[in-house]
Amino acid sequence: MRIFDPHIHMTSRTTDDYERMAAAGVRAVVEPAFWLGQPRTSVGSFTDYFDSLIGWEPFRAGQFGVRHHATVALNPKEANDPRCRAVLDVLPRYLEKDGVVAVGEIGYDSMTPEEDEVFAAQLALAVAHDLPALVHTPHRDKARGVERTLAVVAESGIDPGRVVVDHLNEVTVKLVRDTGCWLGFSIYPDTKMSPPRMVELLRAYGTERMLVNSAADWGRSDPLLTRETGEAMLLAGFTADDVDRVLWRNPVEFYGQSGRLDLRDEDLAAVDPHTGNSILRGGS
Amino acid sequence: MTPDRLREALRGVPDPDWLATALRRVAAEPATITGAFAAAGRRCGRGELPDLPGWTADDAARVLLLTALPGEHATIADSLYRHGDAAEKRAVLRALPLLPVGTAGVPLLHDAIRTNDTRLVAAALGPYARHLDPPAWRQAVLKCVFVGVPLAVVADLDARADPELAGMLAALGAERAAAGRSMPADATDLLDRLAARAGQPHPREA
Repeated sequence: MRIFDPHIHMTSRTTDDYERMAAAGVRAVVEPAFWLGQPRTSVGSFTDYFDSLIGWEPFRAGQFGVRHHATVALNPKEANDPRCRAVLDVLPRYLEKDGVVAVGEIGYDSMTPEEDEVFAAQLALAVAHDLPALVHTPHRDKARGVERTLAVVAESGIDPGRVVVDHLNEVTVKLVRDTGCWLGFSIYPDTKMSPPRMVELLRAYGTERMLVNSAADWGRSDPLLTRETGEAMLLAGFTADDVDRVLWRNPVEFYGQSGRLDLRDEDLAAVDPHTGNSILRGGS
Repeated sequence: MTPDRLREALRGVPDPDWLATALRRVAAEPATITGAFAAAGRRCGRGELPDLPGWTADDAARVLLLTALPGEHATIADSLYRHGDAAEKRAVLRALPLLPVGTAGVPLLHDAIRTNDTRLVAAALGPYARHLDPPAWRQAVLKCVFVGVPLAVVADLDARADPELAGMLAALGAERAAAGRSMPADATDLLDRLAARAGQPHPREA
């Protein structure tokens, strides 16, 4: 089973995790920039963090044979702190980097006017830098948050096929399914989604545009729940090809839209339906 | 290394026109190097160049871009390094010996040697490392042994290695031996060479 975890915060994980992930079949990850538990108070803290996402962390991952990519953004929580607002000014520099495959995580936390402004500004940055967008949905007041998210996405003019709306569940999946956006599901030990519940959603809604991630971070989470979801799919009668689509080809197709995925050593199955060429560039 | 050799080796990259255009633009409008530098990997590829062992296409392209600047090499190299991802930083380090920057690039070497990223440590110990003072250079060589960077990357290794470095390496070897661990073969080979040299009578005493 080859696995591409499209959302995992490796900065918060140990080398033991990398070892276990590699052994479980995880060959590539995307690490979205998010908050670190402790609020930051200056732009410098962010640039050091972003530099780590395009410097040290890919090096660490590489030692275990895992390809590491990142998404960069001012996250919704810290968008509310005026001291962090100037992060928006340094983003363009990062959005041109090789390892940056989307703008994210953007979206809503508490749905404040500040979050509105920062969300819209960053969707515009995604369009300007020709990148997909990874949109976080709030954990509280979720359904309303998803509705508002979809309205802002529609208004921004970004191609919905270049947007993933993440952390969905049984309730919010319905809102996103017909919008053309990709659907992200975070599998957590207790909260968010579990592997059996994820299998039910895949049964009900199919495997197209579905992304399964562990979203593992500094909280209680498990980087192997992608693998466990793949196994639960097989037990439930999905084929190995279905599992490969959800856990590998879908994330490759979504983030491949950046033109920046670097999966040189991997078996590249994602092909542009229009040209017949690999949608991945920059390898050799 | 020379710009001409890099240019020659890059002829076979997937998109040679992109590179040619970027080089012309950088020569005319230096500010365009920021975007071209970031994009070089995805436009030129990241694999080893068949005609230039030890060089990848992205490293070679980025070094060429820096050599194409009409001036202000030190300031621009510093900025590209400070704002670069790991691959961009590595390319700046490799470009330093080809640029008219004097000793202005030395702080970048110190920065790279402080990291634990073996690609950066290795790139910092090329020919430009002649500007490192002996204590910093010895520490950097010792770090190579410590983190597993092959000593083959160190320019002028035998010429610069001195009894002080031999003592530091021997001490690391003793610590490793006490822990039941071994030293890399290239480090013990270097120690052997230094011991042989030390054992030889000094020319004046001969």
